[in-house]
Amino acid sequence: MRAMRQSIDGAFKDFTRAYGDAIESAFDPIKDFLIFLEHLLINSPWPIILAVLVGIVYLMSRNKTITIGSLVALCVIGYLGMWEDTMRTIAMVTVCTMMAIFLGIPLGILMARSDRVQSIVNPVLDLMQTMPSFVYLIPVVMIFGLGKVPGMIAVVIYAIPPMIRLTNLGIRLVDQDVLEAADAFGSNSWQKLTNVQLPLALPTIMAGVNQTIMMALAMVVVAALIGVKGLGQPVLNAIANQYLTMGVMNGLAIVAIAIIFDRATQAYGKRLQKHSEVIHG
Amino acid sequence: MGEATGIEIKNLYKIFGPNGKEMVQLVKDGMSKAELNEKYNHVLGLNDINISMPGGKIEVVMGLSGSGKSTLIRHINRLIDPTDGEVLYGNEDVCKMSQSELRAFRRHKTAMVFQKFALLPHRTVMKNTVYGLEIQGISAKEAEERASRWIARVGLEGFEDHYPNQLSGGMQQRVGLARALTNDADILLMDEAFSALDPLIRMDMQTVLLDLQEELHKTIVFITHDLDEALRLGDKIAILRDGAVIQQGSGQEIVLNPADEYIADFVKEVNRGRVILVDTVMDKTKTIEGGMTISSGIRLEEAAKTFADSGVGEASIVNGDGKPIGVLNVHDTIYAMVTPASH
Repeated sequence: MRAMRQSIDGAFKDFTRAYGDAIESAFDPIKDFLIFLEHLLINSPWPIILAVLVGIVYLMSRNKTITIGSLVALCVIGYLGMWEDTMRTIAMVTVCTMMAIFLGIPLGILMARSDRVQSIVNPVLDLMQTMPSFVYLIPVVMIFGLGKVPGMIAVVIYAIPPMIRLTNLGIRLVDQDVLEAADAFGSNSWQKLTNVQLPLALPTIMAGVNQTIMMALAMVVVAALIGVKGLGQPVLNAIANQYLTMGVMNGLAIVAIAIIFDRATQAYGKRLQKHSEVIHG
Repeated sequence: MGEATGIEIKNLYKIFGPNGKEMVQLVKDGMSKAELNEKYNHVLGLNDINISMPGGKIEVVMGLSGSGKSTLIRHINRLIDPTDGEVLYGNEDVCKMSQSELRAFRRHKTAMVFQKFALLPHRTVMKNTVYGLEIQGISAKEAEERASRWIARVGLEGFEDHYPNQLSGGMQQRVGLARALTNDADILLMDEAFSALDPLIRMDMQTVLLDLQEELHKTIVFITHDLDEALRLGDKIAILRDGAVIQQGSGQEIVLNPADEYIADFVKEVNRGRVILVDTVMDKTKTIEGGMTISSGIRLEEAAKTFADSGVGEASIVNGDGKPIGVLNVHDTIYAMVTPASH
């Protein structure tokens, strides 16, 4: 048993020595983008960033309450001196969510198209969701060391399952009658996907995006363990030193971002579904 | 538009189950649906269907639920693959088409209307109507021009920007009809298209369909479980039970000579006055000159109304040229309208 463990660990170490750099450089573009976004958010004058963020929230939700709420929350965060950490966290969550969407939707589509893919992917997703995140941090850290990239990978692994699952579910739940109609008019499978399946699955897919954002935010503190800066680090610091106020404040900042993201994306998803609101009485 | 091509269905079998192909021979040798289900766990969907659907006419396929009528209509555009047999459109066998030929056939030759409308809920009436043309790759501008003509024709002008769930069932099915007509295909497949509508709206839609057919002369295959609907619409009717055709013919033939008990039961409740033609009832051995005339080819109910209005007891039946071809009296008219077929 012990010999086996040692040999696996040894083999993996050799593997990371041989390919670690190559794998790491493959992630450079994403890392560069994250750093760019982070600098943009931190180095630009705060009123501009505040205006842009609140503007985006308004464009997505078209709702005054949500917009004003976001404005107040961001102002309080800035006043309490957490602006920079908050911006780092927002950059991180944005990039991770984008990665999760770009990887998750195609995977979800593949899964919906083939029962075999579904039966392979499902247990993997179960594993990703139940495995304590610290465990898969080990190989990630062995390859990438500490820093942003391993943090991102950890967050994406943790946050992507709902994206994949709900895309799959949404497409599978599309009304068979409508699909049959699309077939009867001679649609090919790409036309069926873009005209029928994705639009009708959209509410479910949006729920997936929403869940992914929430899970990415939840993972920020864990990611701080491997050197990701942002709101997670002061929380870790507060735990270690029993600084109650500091912990609560940073925790509440995470909650505030979560609520802003959640309300904005949900309102946006609802607006995309405006055709379902007016029902013939 | 030239004369539409008919559809010829020959020896069509559909057996649901993993080894359908091997079961065909058993069914051909006379195994029944129940036996096949019990012994081999396969479901006999269609059993040796032979129907010749004339071009430019309305062929009604009638049957109760489970009779295989919806399965049958899905073989014409091959939404369901047959186990054995042929579906001929002109010289082409739909069952032998490759996937891309089949797509082209569906795009250009057929259009379908569904019982549950099957509209795209996220698209407006206009965007739903152009769907078939969009799939064919026709520019949005041309497609919308062609579509707006049909939207107006089915009476939905002004509703182009509404979403389906803002419309009533009857209006939604008008969208379904407009979508199918915009495709400008020879074959119109209507799968219980009006069954989900309430009776008045259903009558209304039947009228719309008959009016349209008068100018379009498409080959229409209409599925229904409602005999009154079948008799009103069908130039030809095929009655299906347990996956097999048990009688084919015009409405009058079926009402007057039901092939068996099952159909006799069916036609018992029919308003015969609306089905039987005066030609069938009149006395062909006599002619009378002068007096009241009724033209040939009209239904008994109308003739009865003419008798009632005029108070005359006997009328001369005249053909298209005004030549007398027989005599009809009130007694025979009423008798034919009320007597159930003796079987």
